[in-house]
Amino acid sequence: MARIGVLALQGDFEKHQQAIEVLGHDAVLVKTAEALSQCDRLIIPGGESTTMLKLIDRMNLRNILADYVQRHPVFGTCAGIILLAREANALPASPFAMLDIRVERNAYGRQIDSFIDTVPWEAPEGQRELEAVFIRAPRILETGPSVRVLAQHGNDPVLVQQKHTLGATFHPELTDDRQLHRYFIEMV
Amino acid sequence: MPDKAFKLKVGLAEMLKGGVIMDVTNADQARIAEEAGAVAVMALERIPADIRADGGVARMSNPKMIREIQKAVSIPVMAKCRIGHFAEAQVLESLGIDFIDESEVLTPADEDNHIWKHDFKIPFVCGCRNLGEALRRVAEGAAMIRTKGEAGSGNIVEAVRHMRRVQAEIKHAGTLDNHEVVAYAKNLGAPLDLVQYVREHGKLPVPNFAAGGVATPADASLMMQLGAETVFVGSGIFKSSDPEQRAKAIVTATTHYNDPDVVCKASESLGEAMPGLEISAIPENELLQKRGW
Repeated sequence: MARIGVLALQGDFEKHQQAIEVLGHDAVLVKTAEALSQCDRLIIPGGESTTMLKLIDRMNLRNILADYVQRHPVFGTCAGIILLAREANALPASPFAMLDIRVERNAYGRQIDSFIDTVPWEAPEGQRELEAVFIRAPRILETGPSVRVLAQHGNDPVLVQQKHTLGATFHPELTDDRQLHRYFIEMV
Repeated sequence: MPDKAFKLKVGLAEMLKGGVIMDVTNADQARIAEEAGAVAVMALERIPADIRADGGVARMSNPKMIREIQKAVSIPVMAKCRIGHFAEAQVLESLGIDFIDESEVLTPADEDNHIWKHDFKIPFVCGCRNLGEALRRVAEGAAMIRTKGEAGSGNIVEAVRHMRRVQAEIKHAGTLDNHEVVAYAKNLGAPLDLVQYVREHGKLPVPNFAAGGVATPADASLMMQLGAETVFVGSGIFKSSDPEQRAKAIVTATTHYNDPDVVCKASESLGEAMPGLEISAIPENELLQKRGW
């Protein structure tokens, strides 16, 4: 059983917590350095990336998080992938640059443009389908050579991996399908 | 229950959890709110304390002012329409607002009927004072519920009353057997399937936020500890002597609501909070929470 942290400064951390627990692992809601130090892996949830970055800096968590994400598997969904990107527009502070991608925030439009679709996923055991919930979602505009694209929606990469860092522009935590959480927790 | 459209609506409400939604009346205030770490702003022409002081009919805000706020920030923008005024809601949908508050703070347009919110692609939030009211709004399509509290009063007592009442009724639902649940639904005036959901899950089918009277970091912490998942702050920020510092402090206290040391630190070096009103000093017919049913 693994101890999976979920950054709980703001956002839908509770949905990730449920997904982790359904898979039989321990979920730790992370608001402090102490809580982070107990975790084998970390999920950065959906929410507002501006709010999360401000709270990270206000609570002096930046250096601790930057060090953690270098050394542990991390999965970011929606706002979470923005925090892990190399570059994104209109952010109050720099993201953590664990994924060599450039991201445009709210690229599909406002809430009225939010949508759900299925996307094919290149899973380790073969092609699978994922139900992908896009809410005021970001779009990946560029991917560097070391980034693997695991799923696309049309021409847009929506699930990417670089070494031990995984990122989705959608919200697997808002569905009952636990395939992606299982993949992240078992990912080497 | 969730079809795809409803899932998207509740999904956005999920993203706002653990955050603070702030009332703003212009683009400058919206920037201050975003800078302080707000997860969303509520665009309105007058904050509730001023609506209360000015009297007259309070309506949906001017679309031009809402557009300016939408341009000024990257976080979601909400706006209010009058209870039952589905044409105002249609205008807000046309503006591409992210969330509509069918709000008792504005003068009701229909004293019998709330809006049938399933007709809209935009999610709605509605106020409540008890579980029955909350579930009637969910039945109509609300994707988020908040306490009504007493807006513009700077007094947390009504929000506490409403949150306590909802939580107590949720707990009570959990104790009922099959024979009892139909009568309970009848007494609440709520649809049976939603009461059954509450009984089974021990919570509302949609996120449950707090609003109405939040003025200090400790107020925010109190509401979160009572079970709120996010806090709306209306007049409390821009009616205080130090909006920027206070906005930041309430954001920090909401995230770390269960850490008194952080709430304490956030409360230090703040100026004057907004002046508050004793609820008993408000004439019965001027209580905003009595609007809607």
